Amino acid sequence: MRLAGRAVAIREDNVDTDVLYPGSYLNIEDPELMSPHLFEGLDPGLRDEMGPDTILVVGENFGTGSSREHVPLAMKASGVSCLVGKSFARIFRRNCLNLGLPLVDCPGAVTRASTGSEVVVDLDAGVVTVDGQEFASAPMPAFMRQMVDAGGLIPWLHAEAAS
Amino acid sequence: MAHTLAEKILLAHAEVDDLSPGDIVMVRVDTVMANDVSGPVAFRQMEKIGAARVFDPTRVVMVADHFVPAKDARSAALQKRLKDWALDQGVAFYDQGRGGIEHMLLAEEGWIVPGEVIVGGDSHTCTYGALGAFGSGLGSTDIAAALANGEFWQPVPATIRVRFDGQRRGFVSGKDLILAVIAQIGVAGATNAVLEFVGEGARALTIDERMAVANMAVEAGAETGMFVADQVTREYLADRVTRAWDAMASDADAEIAREVRIDLDALGPLVAAPHSPGNVVALSDAIGTPVEQVYIGNCANGTITDLRQAAAVLRGRCVHPRARAVIVPATQAIYRQALREGLLDTFAAAGAMVSTPTCGACFGGGMGVPAAGETAVTTTNRNFKGRMGSPDARVYLANAYVAAAAAVAGELVDPGELLEAPL
Repeated sequence: MRLAGRAVAIREDNVDTDVLYPGSYLNIEDPELMSPHLFEGLDPGLRDEMGPDTILVVGENFGTGSSREHVPLAMKASGVSCLVGKSFARIFRRNCLNLGLPLVDCPGAVTRASTGSEVVVDLDAGVVTVDGQEFASAPMPAFMRQMVDAGGLIPWLHAEAAS
Repeated sequence: MAHTLAEKILLAHAEVDDLSPGDIVMVRVDTVMANDVSGPVAFRQMEKIGAARVFDPTRVVMVADHFVPAKDARSAALQKRLKDWALDQGVAFYDQGRGGIEHMLLAEEGWIVPGEVIVGGDSHTCTYGALGAFGSGLGSTDIAAALANGEFWQPVPATIRVRFDGQRRGFVSGKDLILAVIAQIGVAGATNAVLEFVGEGARALTIDERMAVANMAVEAGAETGMFVADQVTREYLADRVTRAWDAMASDADAEIAREVRIDLDALGPLVAAPHSPGNVVALSDAIGTPVEQVYIGNCANGTITDLRQAAAVLRGRCVHPRARAVIVPATQAIYRQALREGLLDTFAAAGAMVSTPTCGACFGGGMGVPAAGETAVTTTNRNFKGRMGSPDARVYLANAYVAAAAAVAGELVDPGELLEAPL
């Protein structure tokens, strides 16, 4: 699997899900209605940077805090196709994988990239390319890779049931 | 092969011969929990899975606790969705006014025994580790799969042993113990690991205090946090459950990732300053900080223990003119217990507001959010920027003695100035 897109960089470490999607909007259950509130506590201007193939480039322990799936649901609805981070918080990582939103751990690429960079993520080769410069990413465990290839936990469950 | 407590529990719930940290296994659940925020999103995902019914309605529990009582029509619609779904599925349902904050409630109601696996659509599901259970906080798609199939995928975590040496002194509570751990290892210090709390200082804690500790394991990035079940656990569960359980512990020669030691003899009250639970400082270094709001409640510290501590400070005193206080018993049972003990009257007489059990202002859901420019002292578990509503409010996390003392003084003070000795 290979994903190419334009980087939108969030520099800070330990960005929590409260700033990514404030609690007062947790009473919304339709994903289409969530995306207008994405990044509201961090930098609402980031929403203007979103395009159909946005690759979010993020720091350490990204997505720490609440289990709210509203964050990756809103990201998908906003055009995010992949995340490249220094590292990710536990539940946020699970939520992205379950929704078929790939994320890779690649600190080198994060350091190199800035908003507007051209980023290519090659999951098979384990390489992230930023404006032509290649960085090795941490290997994704086989199970997680299967889920990403299937398109998320639900299609993965359907495939398991069929086999 | 020697195993840690977490490994033993997972092994007993997985169809594998053995497991070790890093393996990803499908784990059978004993209980699935969701609330008015995570539930409705999960129900949509469950429909996509194609499952019309839950795997076992006796193992599913729904709790209305976040936007409770509903603050607006959108929140009310969410509550209605949760209620309609729960009644249709025939699962256990704690409606508004009948239960309280999910984690305190499930422990109190006998849903949790040592050695069980509980998944919850809430990151503080790690609280169940207070009873020696494996509580895993998950998002809504994970919860949907668990509702449909009774299992979830789980990477086997490494174990970080946290040893509490010595004895607590003064106005130090469970909150200070876990803040001390987060201060030492950092907010991502337990990534891919469980925190296992051991030592004489751990054994000396009541279940209320153990819940305060386990609750904030997620604030160190942990998969979950766990105590070893013992006589304290047995006494807590005696009137709550009839089903049998075995006390399990890590093997002496089990491999752990790291040991962290906290010397309780040398520990004083701590606070987490804005805007991170990892921004921990000694209370003595924050004395004099002006405070406009105090909030005592939440799934970490809304227990009867916390309310008694707060009442001891507030009895015969008034909330400072600069400040206001909101006090939120975590469950209906705690609320009624506090009523019987006269604690609620003490709070009301002091000029504090007493709320029905709710997650409320902890996550900015209503029921007492601070204004921009204000400082709050809370017994909650997160003080992220904007967590309580305004990105320009400042939140200090503290124990109930410290929070109540701040309400009286209108600033952070040593509770020892108001109270001769702890309860």
